[in-house]
Amino acid sequence: MPEPEPQPHPQPPRYDPLEPGDGEAIAPTGQGGQMDLALDEAESLERVIPPGPGNPREKARSLWSDAWHQLRRNPVFVLSSLLIVFLVLIAIWPSLIASGDPLQCDLAHSQEGSAPGHPFGYDTQGCDVYTRTVYGARASITVGVCATLGAALLGAFLGGLAGFFGSWGDALLSRVADIFFGIPVVLGGLVFLSVVTSDTVWPVVGFIVLLGWPQIARIGRGSVITAKQNDYVQAARALGASNARMLLRHVAPNAVAPVIVVATIALGTYIALEATLSFLGVGLRPPTVSWGIDISNAAPQIRNAPHMLLWPAGALSLTVLAFIMLGDAVRDALDPKLR
Amino acid sequence: MAELSKTDEAVDAPAEATEEKAIAAFEAPVERGEPILQVRNLVKHFPLTKGVLFKRQVGAVKAVDGVSFDLYQGETLGIVGESGCGKSTVAKLLMLLETATAGEVLYKGQDITKLSGRALKAVRRNIQMVFQDPYTSLNPRMTVGDIIGEPFEIHPEVAPKGDRRRKVQELLDVVGLNPEYINRYPHQFSGGQRQRIGIARGLALNPEIIICDEPVSALDVSVQAQVINLMEKLQDEFNLSYIFIAHDLSIVRHISDRVGVMYLGKMAEIGTDAQIYDHPTHPYTQALLSAVPVPDPEVRENRERIILTGDVPSPANPPSGCRFRTRCWKAEDRCATEEPLLAIPTRFKGQDTPAAHVSACHFAEEKTVLAV
Repeated sequence: MPEPEPQPHPQPPRYDPLEPGDGEAIAPTGQGGQMDLALDEAESLERVIPPGPGNPREKARSLWSDAWHQLRRNPVFVLSSLLIVFLVLIAIWPSLIASGDPLQCDLAHSQEGSAPGHPFGYDTQGCDVYTRTVYGARASITVGVCATLGAALLGAFLGGLAGFFGSWGDALLSRVADIFFGIPVVLGGLVFLSVVTSDTVWPVVGFIVLLGWPQIARIGRGSVITAKQNDYVQAARALGASNARMLLRHVAPNAVAPVIVVATIALGTYIALEATLSFLGVGLRPPTVSWGIDISNAAPQIRNAPHMLLWPAGALSLTVLAFIMLGDAVRDALDPKLR
Repeated sequence: MAELSKTDEAVDAPAEATEEKAIAAFEAPVERGEPILQVRNLVKHFPLTKGVLFKRQVGAVKAVDGVSFDLYQGETLGIVGESGCGKSTVAKLLMLLETATAGEVLYKGQDITKLSGRALKAVRRNIQMVFQDPYTSLNPRMTVGDIIGEPFEIHPEVAPKGDRRRKVQELLDVVGLNPEYINRYPHQFSGGQRQRIGIARGLALNPEIIICDEPVSALDVSVQAQVINLMEKLQDEFNLSYIFIAHDLSIVRHISDRVGVMYLGKMAEIGTDAQIYDHPTHPYTQALLSAVPVPDPEVRENRERIILTGDVPSPANPPSGCRFRTRCWKAEDRCATEEPLLAIPTRFKGQDTPAAHVSACHFAEEKTVLAV
């Protein structure tokens, strides 16, 4: 049992033989006066954590406001969230930083390097790589965020309930998850997405959610089972707490961290999966602009024109990194033991 | 349709009536010296299953196998025994955290093992628990104020909403913690302080019975004494009845009025602390007491140590007859065939001696083993 002893005594209570109260407190098996030692202990705790601006004791703060308080001062969080805000902004309004049209191409400039007004150069079709990279954020971020949200909510909900209540529902869910795990991603994508044809991103999002939720459900189920065995859940049950209270107040907050971490990591792989499916011609289709499409088009040309690959791939990596760093910072902030 | 609803009512009405009756009974006060909790033949078997899809039962771990005792209003009943003898399972059964396989737990005369709904909630108000490990029994993501205030949220009738913060601070004060710590998290406290928080949570609903499952075994010796003394003080202050489960014999003697000794899911001997410690009649109790460390080296050399051979048998396959016979130096053929009852031994019956207390042994006799 790792014992998080928070603060060592800076000044152990001094033993003064002239003071009978202290003498009694020191005797470990004595009959009376034991409370004095407790007060000493309390006072030493008092000295270690001085009431300061970071530790106001007047108003109660919830777990979430405490977490927010800590996040604001975490440079990793600030950096990654600024990056994500920027990416989301250009996903909504790409024309803010790119004035051109991603679909206006001129074959005369095919695979040319950077030129004035076209800092990232041209791709095989002669389209401006910079404009396409900026416009590609929308599809990739929409797919990544929506698929992650869908898979995380569905998976955490089903996995959490299965882990908490156990019995036949748990067995059923685990077997269904096994079936979905057995579906090969590429083959499943080819079948599913060639049946559902649409010009929007939603079939791709739906397919990724369908294949992604079992992973989150397994993680969620496992961490709920770990959390529900803690004595504090038993204590809540002994107090007469309802299942909903035990699940929402005690189990979920202590089980959510792995789900957040896995979901943020999955977000990156979902964006990459979208690129894979687009490469196979069943994901997003031109004229939709996406990093996945551009990366797969540029991959065969990496030796003649690496810039065509590096810019969208760099944008993709940066986006994935930002989300993973955000997930990491949020996980740390939600764990009071790490504060 | 009308008939159907009629039969439904007919089924519901008596159930509701018994629930009301039970709740009314729980509110009645119990005189000091009257039994408040009576445990009768309590049994808990954990099934052992084989197979993945089609599970079939191949046996059972007999964790608790027919335990009976009474708890009187205002007293402390200590339960001792080595690891795995079923002490903690008894605590879970009394807290209704596990469903008993058989037997009854009578709280103020009402069997509580089959309660549900409002009546169950009413029992929970009156029977609370202090857990063994102060590091896992407090939710790390809740402040101390939320942890101690949670009982009031679950039972809103105990304290009106505006009153709760003050009540929590009072409780912190009662257990010897600074009321200003209300917004701190459990990890900011030491083990002893955490156990005080656990005790404050147990006290919040003003229960009549507190079940303490090894409340001090995770603490330093110096802190153990503080917590024990706090619990004794609270018992006097709030007229609590304790069931105190532990494996530390000296602590149990210090706090208990009566002591029960458990071995392999059964009670071996029950008596007052003087009867058990100074006049033990069951061989297992004698062996247990002879293992208590003696600080005086001269006394230590002169006293007799009873060293048991072998291990505790598996509770999945306990010995026939007397459970202790496989390790007992007095065992005879009779012990294998006839299970000794927990009763006053015939040789002491009717005598006015401290040895005349219940003991589950065919060959119960007095033997002084504790050299103090």
